Amino acid sequence: MTNGQPKIRIRNLHKSFGSNQVLRGLNLDIGVGESVVIIGGSGSGKSVLLKCILGLVTPEEGSIQIDGKEVVHISERDREELLKQFGMLFQSGALFDSLKVWENVAFGLIQAHGMPRKQAKGVALEMLASVGLDARVAELAPAELSGGMRKRVGLARAIATSPKVIFFDEPTTGLDPIMGSIIDRLIVHSVKQMQVTALSITHDMASARRIADRVAMLYNGEIIWDGSVAEIDHADNPHVDQFIHGKAEGPIQMQVRKP
Amino acid sequence: MAALDALALLGRTFLKFLEATGRLAVFVWNAFSRAWRPPFYFRAVGQQMIDIGYYSLPIVGLTAIFAGMVLALQSNIGLARFEAETQIPEIVAFSITRELGPVLAGLMVAGRIGASMAAEIGTMRVTEQIDALVTLATDPFRYLVFPRLLAGLITLPLLVLVADVIGIFGGFVVSVQTFEFNPANFINKVWDYLVWDDIFDGLVKSSVFGFIVTLMGCYQGYYSRGGAEGVGRATTNAVVSASILILVADYFLSALMFGV
Repeated sequence: MTNGQPKIRIRNLHKSFGSNQVLRGLNLDIGVGESVVIIGGSGSGKSVLLKCILGLVTPEEGSIQIDGKEVVHISERDREELLKQFGMLFQSGALFDSLKVWENVAFGLIQAHGMPRKQAKGVALEMLASVGLDARVAELAPAELSGGMRKRVGLARAIATSPKVIFFDEPTTGLDPIMGSIIDRLIVHSVKQMQVTALSITHDMASARRIADRVAMLYNGEIIWDGSVAEIDHADNPHVDQFIHGKAEGPIQMQVRKP
Repeated sequence: MAALDALALLGRTFLKFLEATGRLAVFVWNAFSRAWRPPFYFRAVGQQMIDIGYYSLPIVGLTAIFAGMVLALQSNIGLARFEAETQIPEIVAFSITRELGPVLAGLMVAGRIGASMAAEIGTMRVTEQIDALVTLATDPFRYLVFPRLLAGLITLPLLVLVADVIGIFGGFVVSVQTFEFNPANFINKVWDYLVWDDIFDGLVKSSVFGFIVTLMGCYQGYYSRGGAEGVGRATTNAVVSASILILVADYFLSALMFGV
C-alpha cells in the first residue's frame, strides 16, 4: 500500500441511483506518484467512483480526501481550484466538437489558467507531438479523427496543464490491440515523466498489467482485492481469478443495468 | 376508486410541475450567480450574439415582411367596412412594433436557436463533453449557459428593431402598390402616429422572449439524457416549451404594459 499521507484517500463511500446501490462502503488509498488501476465488470461502478472523486456526482455517505483535505462537500469555487491539479482522459475522448484539435488541447490552459491563446497553441503543439501527432492534425476538427487519434488528443489534453493527478477512463476500450498498446505506452511514459498520480479504470487486463503499479478489484460496490500487478495471478480470490481469466462460470454475477 | 386515482394523478402532475419549476429556478440562479466571477467569456457572448442575431436575420426578415404585407391587406378589408382605409399605416405600425415583430421573431428564433442550443448542449451532455469541461476546471454554467442567456437578452431586441422596420416596409409596399397610397403620406402617418412606448414595449417583450428561448434551449439540453433519442426529445421540448412560454409571457407583458 502507501507510505505517509496518500494523495487520495477514500473511506466508506456510498452512492446509489434510485434503488440501485452502486458503491457500498468503498475504501481506497492512492499514494503520491502511484499508478493504480481499478478493474471490474461493466456496471460495477468504476466510472461512478471517478465521478465521485471529481465532484461530478455527490456520494450520499463517506469521505474523499485529496492531500488530506476533505473534498466531498466543498464549494464550487474550491472545486474549480482543486480540479486545476487534475487531468482526465475520457473513454470516448469527450473532445469538444466545436473546437479544433489544438484548441481542445489548449482549452484548460486558456480557460482555467488564463494563458494567452498564442502561447497556449505552442504548448498544445508540443503536447500533440509528445503523443505522436503532428501540427497538421492540430488544425483538424475532432470529427475528422480516428478512434486512436481521438484518444491521443484526449491524452494530450489531459496532460497539457501539467496536472498532479490523471484519471484514465477505459483508455483502450474500442481500440485495436496495437493501438491499445501504443496508448498504454504513452500513458506510462506521460505518468513516469511527469511523476503524477494516476488512477485508471479498465476491464482490459492486458492494459491493466501494462500501466499499473497496483491493481484493485471493484465488485458489488466494494474493493474486494488490492495488490501489486505481480500478485494478481496468485491472488487466491475466486472473483479476481474469474475476472482476469475471463471465465463465464464463477462467483461474479454481471450487472445488467447501467448504474 | 376512480376519483381517488384521478386525484392521485392530479397530485403527481402538480408535484412534477413544482419539481420542474424548482429545478428551472435553480438553473437560472446557478447561471447568474456564478457569472460575476472571472474568467468572463466575452468571446462566447459575441459568438452567440452573431448566431442569434446575424444568422437569424434572413428568416426573421422574411417573416416580418410578409407579416407586414398581409397585415396591410387584411386591414384594408376590415377598415373598408368603416371607410377608414387611410388608417392602414397606423394599424401596421402599431401591430408590428407592439405585437407581431416581437412574437414572430421570438417564435422564429425559438425554432432556429432554441433547437440548435438544446441539440448542441444535449450532445455535449451525452458525450461527456460537459463532464470534460468540469475536469478542465471550467464551470459549464459560466462557459455554456450564461453567455447564451445574455446574448438572448441583448440580441433579440436588436433583431426585432430590424424586423419592425422590415415589417412596416412590407405594409408600405402593399399599401403603395395595391391600394395606391401616397408613399410620403404613408411614412408621415407612421412617423406621427408611433410613440416611443410602442417601440420600447416591443423591445422589452423581445428581450424577455430572447431569455425564454435561450433558457429553454440551455435547460433542456443540459438535462438531456439517453443518447441520441434523449437529445431529440430535448430539442423538441426546447422549441415547444419556448413557443408556449413566449405566448403566455406575451399576454401577461401586454397586460402589464397597458396597465390592465
